[in-house]
Amino acid sequence: MYRSHVLVCGGTGCTSSGSDRIVRALENNIKSVGLEQEVKVIRTGCFGLCALGPIMIIYPEGAFYSRVNVDDVPEIVEEHLLKGRVVKRLLYQETVQEDTVKSLDQTDFYKKQMRVALKNCGVIDPENINEYIAYDGYAALGKVLTEMTPEEVIKTVKDSGLRGRGGGGFLTGQKWSFGAASKADQKYVACNADEGDPGAFMDRSILEGDPHVIIEAMAIAAYAIGANHGFVYIRAEYPIAVQRLQHAIDQAREVGLLGKNILGTGFDFDMELRLGAGAFVCGEETALMTSIDGKRGEPRPRPPFPTTAGIFGKPTVLNNVETYANIPQIILKGAEWFRSIGTEKSKGTKVFALGGKIHNTGLVEVPMGTTLREIVEEIGGGIPGGKKFKAAQTGGPSGGCIPDKYLDVPIDYDNLIEIGSMMGSGGLIVMDEDTCMVDIAKFYLEFTVDESCGKCTPCRVGTKRLYEMLDKISKGQGTMEDLDKMEDLCYYIKENSLCGLGQSAPNPVLSTLKYFRDEYIAHIQDKRCPAGVCKELLQYAIDPQKCRGCTLCAKVCPAGAITGTVKEPHVIDPGKCLKCGACMEKCRFGAIVRK
Amino acid sequence: MKSLAELQALRDQMKDQMGIRHDAKDNIRVVVGMATCGIAAGARPVLQRLTEEVAKRGLKNVTVAQTGCIGICQYEPVVEVFENGKEKVTYVKMTEDKIAQVVAEHLVNGNPIVEYTIGAAQAEAKD
Repeated sequence: MYRSHVLVCGGTGCTSSGSDRIVRALENNIKSVGLEQEVKVIRTGCFGLCALGPIMIIYPEGAFYSRVNVDDVPEIVEEHLLKGRVVKRLLYQETVQEDTVKSLDQTDFYKKQMRVALKNCGVIDPENINEYIAYDGYAALGKVLTEMTPEEVIKTVKDSGLRGRGGGGFLTGQKWSFGAASKADQKYVACNADEGDPGAFMDRSILEGDPHVIIEAMAIAAYAIGANHGFVYIRAEYPIAVQRLQHAIDQAREVGLLGKNILGTGFDFDMELRLGAGAFVCGEETALMTSIDGKRGEPRPRPPFPTTAGIFGKPTVLNNVETYANIPQIILKGAEWFRSIGTEKSKGTKVFALGGKIHNTGLVEVPMGTTLREIVEEIGGGIPGGKKFKAAQTGGPSGGCIPDKYLDVPIDYDNLIEIGSMMGSGGLIVMDEDTCMVDIAKFYLEFTVDESCGKCTPCRVGTKRLYEMLDKISKGQGTMEDLDKMEDLCYYIKENSLCGLGQSAPNPVLSTLKYFRDEYIAHIQDKRCPAGVCKELLQYAIDPQKCRGCTLCAKVCPAGAITGTVKEPHVIDPGKCLKCGACMEKCRFGAIVRK
Repeated sequence: MKSLAELQALRDQMKDQMGIRHDAKDNIRVVVGMATCGIAAGARPVLQRLTEEVAKRGLKNVTVAQTGCIGICQYEPVVEVFENGKEKVTYVKMTEDKIAQVVAEHLVNGNPIVEYTIGAAQAEAKD
């Protein structure tokens, strides 16, 4: 029995900022003061507040330490664990009150959140199956196998209204019923863990923080549709997730929760991992299955849908990681409970990966129907530096930019599509007034040009042409005619591409054209980038009134574009200037202006 | 694991061990003074015995915590019991045996052992 548990975040974010070394230092220090029988150190999954990592929580006090450094460890052990005095200076400032430590769920970041898919992340040790079991792990599988028929399982999932969290928003229960209806000698369940949207990392965090939930949910799905084998297609770029999931599979196999005759019910199920090689298109379901088949990861036309002919030509039910993470709780708490959360057509919660120009970057899980304003201003803590909110990008390269006038729209699948974006996997990137919308559209198009698999022409050639037009505009060489051409091309690509990648690739362009057309016009007509981002349109000049002739700018200029004599105003030669901005950073008199 | 019953048994056993990872509201908090004075007077064995007893009896609503110097060093080891809606009880000059009795009488049966409290100790000192 341990009197105190020290939870250290072992997610990718905190690991890269040194949580591994902190765990080792903790264990050494605890040993040296002889507390190893009293204090247990646990490495958990992601807490969500990645901006403040590495993160540590000490129970029973519930003290939440943020930005912990290895050098702080001896003090934590000496003061907190040995003498019982909370180290105030390391506490997450929001939890500090006059005389007590405020509980974490009372802070702005956590208060409005509702954790369903992330329930165990940051709470249990992901490498210990017993801790998962303590939090009702595998109880849903037990219930399904002993009390429910496959039809009842599908009905429960259907009634819950759960929709695919990978972005499409297809009803999960319906997909399962299609899979169950297909007749075949062999069926498969599969999990899409090929999370590729720039900025989205909720699937990774679930796999790292609660890997057993995926195993349990896939076993439930297999029971429901009559399959006995599962595949998880996971990116090789997620080494911690791969390792923990494999560890979890091995543990489950060892105790008999995977394999033959699970819990003595006669149900067989086993699963294996398949590593993706980093192609964005493999997140598309048909491309993913083609890749598992051992072929080049390219999409194919549908029908046949995967529930008819999927992996190795057999009926396959493929769901996203976050979708699966909801399943055990729907089984345990019932469809009614799940239906009570969210909006009319989008039930449950959604995890968003908050990033960009915002204070609390990290993972947040909120009920569907929460407004963008609540996420950005309350949970996210607003925009740093007192800058103004300009737009939020949701859905990654398939989504669009939402301008400030829609800050109060409740977020769900249908509302987002209506305002020209989409849920996507849940990346949410906040942009302030310093972001150029033409540049953002160009960034996403560059990504899709890179990631287009090249099988169909509209996507392969179309996205390239679209990128070229954006590039032209960002250099001030565009014409007003280009805007119409671009719009036409966007619709052409959307309508004629083979898979979701091409069909959604023009969304960033269309939504910025719709809401920020004035910025495009400024680039074309005034040859000016209002946000001061597009390099070709920038002009650096020295204000002769302010320049003291200190020569600092001339020394730092990598192109030798600045000339002048000491104590005389200097000048920039626009022909040589690279527009790197180094002179502006160095100037102590604010004499260099960017136009 | 051969059956559902086995799974449930394991869950119950594990739950007990992980109970402290909650910010429970209706808990009884037992706080042991663990400053230099407390430790020197023997607070560590008291704390260990307390943790053991609480675990052995499966008292899920009891949190064992520690604190610094309370300021009455002459009475160490000091153990305080906080219960919602009740006045705190301060036990002084605790020993391993005394704390075991406190767990049984106070935490389980709800009857504070008056003779071990600070009130009794001070009255004795005056006599």
